[in-house]
Amino acid sequence: MNIGKQFKEGLVTNNPVLVQQIGMCATMAITTSLFNGIGMGLSVLIILTCCNVVISAIRKIIPNEIRLAIFVVVIAGFVTIVDLLLQAFVPALSASLGVFIPLIVVNCIIIGRAEAFCQHEPVGASFFDGIFQGLGYTCVLIIMCLFREFFGKGSFGGGLINTVNGVIGTGNGVQIFPAKYGALILTLPVGGFMCLGTLIAVMQYALRKSAEKKELKEREEKAAAAAADTAKEVAE
Amino acid sequence: MLTNILSISLGAILINNFIFSQFLGCCPFLGCSNKMDTAVGMGIAVIFVMGLASAICWVVNEYLLVALNLEFMQTLTYILVIAVLVQFVEMFLKKSVPSLYSALGIYLPLITTNCAVLGVVLLNTQNNYNFLESTVYGITGGMGFMLAICLFASVREKLEFADYPKCFKGFPICLVSAGLLSLAFMGFSGMKIF
Repeated sequence: MNIGKQFKEGLVTNNPVLVQQIGMCATMAITTSLFNGIGMGLSVLIILTCCNVVISAIRKIIPNEIRLAIFVVVIAGFVTIVDLLLQAFVPALSASLGVFIPLIVVNCIIIGRAEAFCQHEPVGASFFDGIFQGLGYTCVLIIMCLFREFFGKGSFGGGLINTVNGVIGTGNGVQIFPAKYGALILTLPVGGFMCLGTLIAVMQYALRKSAEKKELKEREEKAAAAAADTAKEVAE
Repeated sequence: MLTNILSISLGAILINNFIFSQFLGCCPFLGCSNKMDTAVGMGIAVIFVMGLASAICWVVNEYLLVALNLEFMQTLTYILVIAVLVQFVEMFLKKSVPSLYSALGIYLPLITTNCAVLGVVLLNTQNNYNFLESTVYGITGGMGFMLAICLFASVREKLEFADYPKCFKGFPICLVSAGLLSLAFMGFSGMKIF
């Protein structure tokens, strides 16, 4: 079990949205205010961690032929629990995310992690995998929310800051510049597609650059070693 | 009654298109749109499953869940109904229309995890649609999906020859062009017939 490596994989090198490119429907749909983003991210994080632990714990008694059906039932159970808890304690979030909370059942991230990771790995590793993959997802949501909210409406922290009577989910956030100068297009569905596309492109660029740098470094090291060898030979 | 059905269908196909304005079903939309043939096959399968799922889930919800006060089990029941339904459709097609079955291939089982299917069923419940409205919403929603995926497949065929930055290769350029298509569909927003 290598927690540091899992952390890096979940957040950067194997990020569910930006690198594995799964679970994009909800990412594009709900990232219109910071409140939605954080709420959705945390819901997925909790559900993912619980499902990972349970599926990993029962991985040895699941018959291979019907494993997907069992995964779906486990996931649907946890999603129902979170859905009902949100309806009871954070009704504003439940109202603004609407149908996307029950739709976590068919979110590819959760079933993908179950299929790719939990059915082979022990409970501990699956637990951390759930947390880090969930955190990676939450980070992407937060970045997109901040970007779309700021450039689209000129505000920051919608739903969390400037709340009415301290009720969470009611505020409009801090207005940084007047909303009429914002690029309204970013808050519309178009903005979701464009924003996520650009974000993935930036990620691909960064990953390719770092891979090239690594390769260059390796080549230099090899060349240095070869030079040292020849120098030794010459000396002899 | 008729006007209601008409406005539901127009809304599902154009104004509130499942992909371009509600973001439901983006994974198969991006995954199965490299070729026109697979796009059409996927579209037909989705229309079929969405229509059937809407009808069956309405019946299950009305006569089983509501009657027994089990509404909190909706998500769980719906996903199981959809999974069983897809399995049945698969078996039926394999036996009676083997040509369509082999054309759809892997995409048929994947419809289970298509969020448009679960989404349409949940939206039916949320909007309190009756049996006819639910079925119509399911079928026309599927038609909207098919329209979107076919349009996008033809765009992607041209995209092969386009010249764009290397880092946009793959998904990013698809997302950006889907965004432009969705911009076109925004022209329908606010449209009312009656």
